[in-house]
Amino acid sequence: METLEQIRDRLLARFPAAKIELVTNPGPAAEHSLLLEAATALEIATFLRDDDALRLDYCSNATGIDWPDKEIVETTKKSVPDPAGGPAKIIEEKTKHLQPGYLETVYHLYSMARKHGPVVIRLRTGNRSDQVTLPSLTPVWRSCDFQEREIYDLYGIRFSGHPDLRRLLMWDGFEDHPMRKDYVAPDDFEWEPTPHGSVLDRAKAHYPAPPAEPGVAATPPPNPTEAKS
Amino acid sequence: MSLFPAMGAAAGPTVRAVHDEFHGDLLEVSMGPQHPSTHGVFRMVVTLDGEQIVKLKPVFGYLHRNHEKIAENTSYLGSMPYTDRLDYLCSMTNNWAYALSVEKLAGLAVPDRAQYLRVIMAELTRLVNHMCLVGFLFNDLGTSFTPLLYAFREREKIIDLFESLSGSRMMCNYQRFGGCRVDPSPEWLAAASALVNNFPRFLDEYETMLTGNEIMLARTQGVGVLDGAAAVNAGLTGPILRASGVDYDLRKVDAYGFYPRFDFRVPLGAHGDTYDRYMIRILEMRESVKILQQAFRDLPAGPIMDPKAKLRGFRPKPGEAYGRIEGPKGELGFYLISDGSPNPWRYRVRPPSLINLTLLEDMCIGRTIADSVVILGSIDIVLGEVDR
Repeated sequence: METLEQIRDRLLARFPAAKIELVTNPGPAAEHSLLLEAATALEIATFLRDDDALRLDYCSNATGIDWPDKEIVETTKKSVPDPAGGPAKIIEEKTKHLQPGYLETVYHLYSMARKHGPVVIRLRTGNRSDQVTLPSLTPVWRSCDFQEREIYDLYGIRFSGHPDLRRLLMWDGFEDHPMRKDYVAPDDFEWEPTPHGSVLDRAKAHYPAPPAEPGVAATPPPNPTEAKS
Repeated sequence: MSLFPAMGAAAGPTVRAVHDEFHGDLLEVSMGPQHPSTHGVFRMVVTLDGEQIVKLKPVFGYLHRNHEKIAENTSYLGSMPYTDRLDYLCSMTNNWAYALSVEKLAGLAVPDRAQYLRVIMAELTRLVNHMCLVGFLFNDLGTSFTPLLYAFREREKIIDLFESLSGSRMMCNYQRFGGCRVDPSPEWLAAASALVNNFPRFLDEYETMLTGNEIMLARTQGVGVLDGAAAVNAGLTGPILRASGVDYDLRKVDAYGFYPRFDFRVPLGAHGDTYDRYMIRILEMRESVKILQQAFRDLPAGPIMDPKAKLRGFRPKPGEAYGRIEGPKGELGFYLISDGSPNPWRYRVRPPSLINLTLLEDMCIGRTIADSVVILGSIDIVLGEVDR
């Protein structure tokens, strides 16, 4: 199979308007990937599938990744000349800046006809809240059908052009996306018909106390922060 | 709010009439999640025109426990026993797929003896899975458990071996990153070898009962025909794909483990119907027996763990890896991203059972409900892996 650089160069020659970035994988597996743009991803995917030398007819794995906002501390060293004429001092300066987070989808492509692979392609959303639409690759590889539904369900990436974008594993009325790193699990996760112990404490903290009967001194509700821990 | 009312509300009525302007009055039947033919808690919403299926929508998630999230909050080794619970009939191959991915992520080597042991365990698991699948398939045809109990009689012998080796019958937790956990004794190897040598006799007995069975032929030949090109596009893998005539077996293609050292053939189907899917399993079991006999013959002495592998304080360098093996149900893959911490940043299971259901609707359209049960049985799913 061609190297990933050759594939990228061939794609850039074929799609001059596209922006394709090579994402390196520093680990021992060294499976590098191509970062595509949302606007041209569908065309490029179709080309990868139909091109005679590549024939990537099989999309094995499609998955999402959550990269939350990250605070990056950069340390720069500056040498300051000593006014008294001694050796220059080295001062470390720390600057903080916020790297905005994004959601990512990764597709592992193989060729069953040519028996080679993988070619890994990635797509990134603009942010994690309102710009979360990416093109669906289900029209190209039908194996993405359930997997993209799962990504939509668990990560909240919306796939434009998906034939049937519904939740796959969680039920329809569910609102959050559980695989995101900032997801908070519900209090009554371990719901029991007859709660006791720590589960009862959590249930008491979660549900409002019944209205106090007249003449009985109302007991203060348990502190929710204590009960949760 | 509790989780349970929401689950109940989503289920809806079991049977209801719907009106469609092209077909007239249709009947919508909700099969499952509590239905013996669904092999667990799987639901199919089937729309019927008379007796014919015109639409089939699978509904998942009744066994969902967010395996991936749990694994992201656990150490790498901590997820190993949990992979047993994915496809609970094939814990050994699940372990191997996960160990293989972590070894790829961390760049670990595996000693020769451990490679052979892995092949032995994987092929024994393939025998267990395929014979149970054939038994369950006949159950779906209405044979009331008899073929399944023949399979379970043999399966019992294999899981007894697993128990004496790993301490557990089904949840073996046997592989480690860079090797295996326990070295089998010579007595264990002798017992396993004897079992494998007797296995073709069981297969002959099984086939005498089943393969030429008239009811079986009438119910499976030409039922649920799957086109090879459509199957490739839909990402179907494993015996179903090969039953449609596509030659793609990761044991040959990826040549992972020590499979290139073994002499075996990949059986292929010609029609892609349910009968071919049954026959492929029988033929694969015969090939597995050949692999096992070679493995017992050639098993070298030596260590079973890579001396550089660390069990405690295991932190792979940042990077990512996608490892895959040919599980009994299809391509089982694990995609891992390490950020240098003891827990994986991303842990993804590529479940063959879920993706093999992509074409269930296409296979069932035009058939009856009774056929859809047989077709689902021939796909071979385990809900622990579908819903994760």
